[in-house]
Amino acid sequence: MAVDATRFSLTLSRRTRRRKLVNLLMQVLATIAALAAVAVLAVVIISVAQRGASALSWDFFTKTAATFGQSGGGVADALVGSLVLVALATAMAVPVGILIALYVSEFASPRIADAAKLVLDVLNGLPSIIIGIFVFALLVIGSGQAAWKGSFALAIIMLPLVARATQEVLALVPSTLREGAMALGASRWRTVLGVVLPTSLGGILTGTVLAVARAAGETAPLLFTTSIAANAVTWDPRQPVLSIPIDIFALAESPDPADHARAWALGFVLISFVLVISLTARLLLARYRSKLER
Amino acid sequence: MDADTMQTVAPIEIAQPREAPLSASGREAVFVTRGLTVSYGKAPAVSNVDLSIYRNLVTAIIGPSGCGKSTFLRSLNRMNDLIPAAKVEGEVHYHGQNIYGDGVDPVEVRRRIGMVFQKPNPFPKSIYDNVAWGLRVLGMKDDLDSRIERALTQAALWDEVKDRLKKGAFGLSGGQQQRLCIARAIAVEPDVVLLDEPASALDPIATSKIEDLMHELKNEYTLVIVTHNMQQAARVADMTAFFTLERTESGGHGVLVEYDETPKIFTQPSDKRTEGYVTGRFG
Ligand SMILES: Nc1ncnc2c1ncn2[C@@H]1O[C@H](COP(=O)(O)OP(=O)(O)OP(=O)(O)O)[C@@H](O)[C@H]1O
Ligand SMILES: [Mg+2]
Repeated sequence: MAVDATRFSLTLSRRTRRRKLVNLLMQVLATIAALAAVAVLAVVIISVAQRGASALSWDFFTKTAATFGQSGGGVADALVGSLVLVALATAMAVPVGILIALYVSEFASPRIADAAKLVLDVLNGLPSIIIGIFVFALLVIGSGQAAWKGSFALAIIMLPLVARATQEVLALVPSTLREGAMALGASRWRTVLGVVLPTSLGGILTGTVLAVARAAGETAPLLFTTSIAANAVTWDPRQPVLSIPIDIFALAESPDPADHARAWALGFVLISFVLVISLTARLLLARYRSKLER
Repeated sequence: MDADTMQTVAPIEIAQPREAPLSASGREAVFVTRGLTVSYGKAPAVSNVDLSIYRNLVTAIIGPSGCGKSTFLRSLNRMNDLIPAAKVEGEVHYHGQNIYGDGVDPVEVRRRIGMVFQKPNPFPKSIYDNVAWGLRVLGMKDDLDSRIERALTQAALWDEVKDRLKKGAFGLSGGQQQRLCIARAIAVEPDVVLLDEPASALDPIATSKIEDLMHELKNEYTLVIVTHNMQQAARVADMTAFFTLERTESGGHGVLVEYDETPKIFTQPSDKRTEGYVTGRFG
């Protein structure tokens, strides 16, 4: 019986060869694109580190800016200021964000929940300068700048991040757990507090950490609310404080090249902080996932 | 199917009950349902059920998938309240009070009428805390340790876990987890325990442990069990209710076909549909 030699051939024909080539080409392009993203990040980090390295010193972290005409000095006030701003903003945004998430996922009807999610997403998409102006008009006009007003603006930015992240992990909590608790004669609220929230703690923490990373780098909301500060370290949230992003801006504008190096160094500090915190969040999330799936 | 074919079918082998089933006569009714209809949205899932459940008996609910067994069971402790679309009509009297009546607190209902689910659902807490949680919530904090020991012993789990009480409940096997859920349910001293296919996810050995347990527990509690396993119903239940799906133009809904003492349901059912089901020929 004559067998068609090409029919069962396992080698490539011209057509399949072309297909394979296109396939290869696309794969290479996609890989290059992915590598490019990594490269951009690497270039940013390395160049920021290189330019800032000369400014990194003990004084950099412990002193405030030197008075005009003198050399030396540091950014301690900006570091402390950012710490105060972000800590206070976290303290405002996290409890409210969790409560919103609980309302959306545990108590609201599906339609209201959808609407609330949409509102949160829109809030998340609001340009931060708008939030800055809003808080300026609401709190600053007439009474002046203060750290807590900046924190309030940052909290508005953090709120949808925390609420959405929390709401998403709450949705992951199996409804059988809620039923198990309710079947024991626990009220809805006790069920949420005793079973649902502890189960979602890992995810809530992740959302919080990501929101902190975002808030630490925000500049626009602080411009109007806490940017003109005394050249001194202060922990008092009623005073205006300097912050890392605002200080980077100010140092970069300075005529002194040493200040430019400080701006880079401060940028490096900020990037490192955000990187460390994002990695921590990822780790937490991975651990939390594996715990839920176990 | 006509009566002739039915007689040619060999009588099914009935699993022997572990002890003589108890009779309902003269017993106090814990639940009396009247015209109970539960709907999801507009479509009724189970319709017009009149059924009495007696104290210190095991009552089994059997029937084909989708006939509303779980729906019926969940309406006995207002678990359906958690499903927004679910609507209950008719009455469920619990010791004479309509649990859907005015002024009845669903949380209080569930506190007296506990539930064990198809899939073990321990809390992501330690074994100890799984049992302790309900006790703490309900303020039964005196003698916590001994209450926990008693519940775990009753659930035939104590010996297996007494050395690892502080370990996570997820480390237990499926059968152990289910017994932990039973311990959790009985620790708060309910009056009734509802079990929705409690052994369907378990192997035969774990299943048999749960069945033994039910014989123990009915001295203290009233048990209602949904099961797909007819041998299991025959082994553990004193009374058996058979539900089936009644087809209508607009789909179908579950109805109660027959309710009687278990041996009667399995050997001399009075309805053809029951006979078809228990002999393995779906009606
Ligand atoms: N949460 C729900 N929302 C809408 N419909 C539901 C819901 N739960 C059950 N149903 C419907 O109600 C009917 C009865 O379901 P139910 O779970 O009570 O059946 P069942 O007898 O327990 O079945 P199975 O033996 O498969 O567990 C089915 O048609 C089902 O689709
Ligand atoms: Mg079911």
